[in-house]
Amino acid sequence: MAYAAGVDVGSTQTKAVIIDDDLEIVGRALVDTGASVTLAAQNAYQAAVRDGDIHEEEEGVGFIVGTGYGRYKVTFGDAQTTEISCHGRGAVHMFPDTRTVVDMGGQDTKAIRVSPTGEILDFVMNDKCAAGTGRFLGAAATALDIALGDLGPTALKSERPVKISTTCTVFADSEILSWLGRGKKVEDILMGVHRSVVSRALSLMRRVGIEQEVTFTGGVANNLGMVEVLNEELGFAVNVSSDSHYMGALGAALFAMDRIVAGRSPAHSSEALS
Amino acid sequence: MSTTSTRAPATPGDATSASGTPLVGRGNKEGNRLFREWFEELTAAPEKGEQAAYVFVMGSMAELLRVFDFHTIFPEVNGLQTAVRHVADDYIAQAEDYGYSTDVCAYVKADVGLQLRDGSHPMGTIPKPALSVYTNACNTYIKWAEIWERLYHVPIFTLDVPGTRRAGGQTWRGSDDFANDLRYVQGQIEELIGVCETVSGKRFDIDKLRETMGFANRMSRAWKRIIELNKATPAVYNAVTDGTVYLGMVNGFRGREEGARYFEDLVEELEYKAAHHIGTPFKEKYRLVFAGVPCYPIFRRFGEMFSEWGGTFVGSTYLWFASGGANMGFEYDLDRPLESLAEGTLVTVRDAMDAMFYSDTLLADMVEPFGIDGVVYHPIKSCRTVSTGLADSRRVIMERTDAATLFIESDHMDKRAVSEAQLKNRIDAFFEGLASRRQRRAAGVDRQGRES
Repeated sequence: MAYAAGVDVGSTQTKAVIIDDDLEIVGRALVDTGASVTLAAQNAYQAAVRDGDIHEEEEGVGFIVGTGYGRYKVTFGDAQTTEISCHGRGAVHMFPDTRTVVDMGGQDTKAIRVSPTGEILDFVMNDKCAAGTGRFLGAAATALDIALGDLGPTALKSERPVKISTTCTVFADSEILSWLGRGKKVEDILMGVHRSVVSRALSLMRRVGIEQEVTFTGGVANNLGMVEVLNEELGFAVNVSSDSHYMGALGAALFAMDRIVAGRSPAHSSEALS
Repeated sequence: MSTTSTRAPATPGDATSASGTPLVGRGNKEGNRLFREWFEELTAAPEKGEQAAYVFVMGSMAELLRVFDFHTIFPEVNGLQTAVRHVADDYIAQAEDYGYSTDVCAYVKADVGLQLRDGSHPMGTIPKPALSVYTNACNTYIKWAEIWERLYHVPIFTLDVPGTRRAGGQTWRGSDDFANDLRYVQGQIEELIGVCETVSGKRFDIDKLRETMGFANRMSRAWKRIIELNKATPAVYNAVTDGTVYLGMVNGFRGREEGARYFEDLVEELEYKAAHHIGTPFKEKYRLVFAGVPCYPIFRRFGEMFSEWGGTFVGSTYLWFASGGANMGFEYDLDRPLESLAEGTLVTVRDAMDAMFYSDTLLADMVEPFGIDGVVYHPIKSCRTVSTGLADSRRVIMERTDAATLFIESDHMDKRAVSEAQLKNRIDAFFEGLASRRQRRAAGVDRQGRES
């Protein structure tokens, strides 16, 4: 049995996935990235190895690809690939009819158009601003003193959502407080926040062209409120996997398995795909 | 075209010119030397009682201004030099402290900072203007020159050049529209001559104009050839990195014999490289075109982010518009210098504007002859003029050609608008896409995964 690993070092969380040569996920782990990126990558990788019950001294992981902003800090890895390629690859693997991927992470939102082979045809990301990303939701959670996991379910109770006009994460706090001051319900404010984030994501998706099927990846895809608003705005249901948080790491692991199949030549730097 | 002959080398890369100078790399070395000398001349000008005209890269009127012995000063060139030398932040901050908004073009603010420091610049001391001459090719030019008018109470002269009225609608000699436009431009040039006579105290000399126009002709002929020479594989120069050195020379030495000779020598070097398949120092894997203005605050790193992947810029819209349309190779008719100067100004400035506003057709037409794998769009926060239409241009390229595209945003001057990590992430993903596309094609598979 051959194993390959992908380690996705994001701005807030680091994810690791181990796959076997049937391309099935056998181990996964998620840790907070924190200040030491390399340590977070090591911890996530080792936890995924333990989760997969893989004994490295017997049948170790043959190839490791790092991805995410901290991909070059995966110092124990063999190659690096951007999360754009990895989310595209992971999404097409999970949902083969995927043509558009929307990935929402802590600081990034990206829209990716993919071919049936998983080739990246076009992509666009938010530009030096956390509006429309998980950070915006995080700011709302802080301002309203509500747990991240409760954001979606609370928002879905809304009957009269407010319109959040700011797109700036820094100013979101003051706008939310002003709505509270005007007596608006928490769920209505939260639904406004969700709609605001989705509108930014939709703008990115329109720039690459929205073609079905759409697959929603990244940590924010775990938020049911986001999924519902996205479905409503698009007019059809997006694909969401229970492993959506791990999609980048999965894509990285699939690229790693390609290398094992091709002959296991580790290639630091961006030669991984060539 | 060349005035020197090449000695046979032991290996192609060791070739020398007749004077014994190594041929390969001569253009960059000589360009840097002449560039430094130019700034030394500018620094020494006030002491010698020589006057300076502030001009811009799109329609500098250098041929005419040299007749009156004005030094030409390019604030855009001064500005980018502060960014490349990592001091632009100080100049920009000084202008903002003075009251300029963060939204104002950072070239303007770098220049305002320079003026507030009495011309103190990393390359020397920039003299104050005796006058300014500029075109309408960039709307900021006009407001920019008004700053000098207020600061120094010097005459400023707007040369209003009619642009292309609609896509594909350029007019040419023989049409009524063109004749009207030509008369309009020539009338303004005749008025400008009067202003130059007043400011300089020198009489207009038409034979001297013929001489500077002759030098400009030699430069334009060579510049057109240089643009075409990058059809060679591998490309003989990088249009962004080497190209910026060449652009400094195109502008600073237009209408001068040194400029004409420099570009003729450069043609010799690049023809030699093309004949011997000598490319840039980096192995070429992907051939790219650049649309926009480079990212000067991290200029070297910006280039490396592409060259590390084997990406070579074989062309750039910057080489078109920032050379004031000299890429057209327009040659003046020295038998009717004033009319021909007007015609040249009209068609080249118009072409420079088209390189910004109608880049889609020009870029699409490059894809096949230059063997382009991808087009890189770099809109900048400072400049709506050059950036606004790039999203449309990109869409056209994707519809009309098979080239991949990359859209990255930063600034040409203001480091606060430059995120190296975000740029790298997008650039890496772009090359990963190019690599997988090439892999798929090599396997004989189309985008749908079918065997082709």
